[in-house]
Amino acid sequence: MGNDFAVSVKGLRKAYGRTVAVEGLDLDVRRGEVFALLGPNGAGKTTTVEILEGYRKRDAGEVSVLDHDPAEATAAWRARVGFVLQGTGEFEELTVGELVHHFAAFYPKPDDPDEVIARVGLTDKAKARTHGLSGGQKRRLDVALGIVGRPELLFLDEPTTGFDPEARREFWHLIRELNASGATIMLTTHYLDEAEALAHRVGVIANGRLVEVAEPSRLGNRQNAPATVSWRTPEGTVESAESDTPTAVVTELAARFGGEVPGLTVTRPTLEDVYLRMIGAAA
Amino acid sequence: MSVSSAELARRQGIVELKQFTRSREAVVFTMAFPVIMILIFASIFDDEIAPGVNYTQYFITGMIATGLMTVGFQSLAIQIPIERDKGVLKRFRGTPMPKWVYFAGKVFMVAGIGVAEVAILLAVSIGFFDLEPPASAEKWFTFAWVSILGLSACTLCGIAFSSVPRNARSATAVVTPVALVLQFISGVFFVFTDLPTWMQQVAAIFPLKWMCQGLRSVFLPDSFAAAEPAGSWELGKVALILAAWCVVGLVLCIRTFTWQNKYSR
Repeated sequence: MGNDFAVSVKGLRKAYGRTVAVEGLDLDVRRGEVFALLGPNGAGKTTTVEILEGYRKRDAGEVSVLDHDPAEATAAWRARVGFVLQGTGEFEELTVGELVHHFAAFYPKPDDPDEVIARVGLTDKAKARTHGLSGGQKRRLDVALGIVGRPELLFLDEPTTGFDPEARREFWHLIRELNASGATIMLTTHYLDEAEALAHRVGVIANGRLVEVAEPSRLGNRQNAPATVSWRTPEGTVESAESDTPTAVVTELAARFGGEVPGLTVTRPTLEDVYLRMIGAAA
Repeated sequence: MSVSSAELARRQGIVELKQFTRSREAVVFTMAFPVIMILIFASIFDDEIAPGVNYTQYFITGMIATGLMTVGFQSLAIQIPIERDKGVLKRFRGTPMPKWVYFAGKVFMVAGIGVAEVAILLAVSIGFFDLEPPASAEKWFTFAWVSILGLSACTLCGIAFSSVPRNARSATAVVTPVALVLQFISGVFFVFTDLPTWMQQVAAIFPLKWMCQGLRSVFLPDSFAAAEPAGSWELGKVALILAAWCVVGLVLCIRTFTWQNKYSR
């Protein structure tokens, strides 16, 4: 284990009655990285994350989060870990400012609450009661409460569900900033573009097991998959060819057309293609 | 700027009170309900139930006890499952905040509302229904300890009972009948000694009956003690049973309190 890993999991197992949610899961998250856990609903993502967060007991396996067993969480450990959970905690009658200030007091070395509110873009809403916030604003408040204690490790469980595209971009920017300031980030998400945009590494979980861990661009050996070259013929139809040597195909086409190839595209399988194949194979 | 736990508890209490006072329905329901009940019942029934004691006085002492139970038991047993469902408890659990601070905040809130509630009920009763304020320092002292001990027992039982409803939606449905039945069998609406003996015996297990009886010793003339089931106020027994419920409530809280809705995945 040692100091290289913020999270280290070996042989994790958890069942609810006869339903096995997580079966022999191994996982390492390096310090300082953004790690995304992908997987369909019911694959065991939330169970895994809740065990790492200390909210759930495991049936078997070794788990170390910041060199502590989360099942025996202490206040000192909780002060180093931040959570942005799914649909948690509405304090409807309090204002954004009151809440963030109140939570800051729980931590030994908190950030300046007003500065945190500014970082999540809620300064205009600091005096607004939280029940009047939009979905995206509530989520940003969740993040403010998760980071006000200056965590070394931040868990984000499906953080941008229900965001509009612009809010999602802003949110990504915030996560990158947090990571740049030294926080390790572990997020679960349904959105592959989110994983691709944020994560240094992604892990795909299916049926309670980790199927693969890789950089987003290398998942499923994606970078070596045959490329698809397509172009438009003089007659106006679109043709395509799969090839391990797309450059050669393009050169040949360029010669054939005497220069510019109409409607030329060269693509590799998207993260989504690879992901769907993986969870399909595991099912 | 590390903050001491005692200071955290104080802030938590203020946050709880703020949330309460800012939700208008909660304020109106909790504060006004016993007052309205007094207005209705005291206006309908004003028979003399014993020499120098009319039904209104008897009922008002019962309503003060009921008010304490509403604040301590009913409101917490309903509010905590809602907070559990909404993930408020889970969120607190994820911070380094000591667990007891959450409960201290609730106690602070209950105490604040309890004092306000009793003050309102006393003002209304003394102003409009000829209730005599406690006549001596000794009576004031009895009033204080019965209220504090009773409210403590109700608060602890309320926190303990908050684990019974499966979710926020069922909380009101589960808690309200319990409170209402206790009011009927404990001598709030009816003179206790007029109730069937078996009902008196059941009521004597629970705190509300003893809170009512303790408060009657404060507000009713001493001559009425003879009309109580044991022919006296039994203040020693009042203290003992309320204290016992504090212990039972506390043990249940420690053993059964859950921070997450166990029925959610």
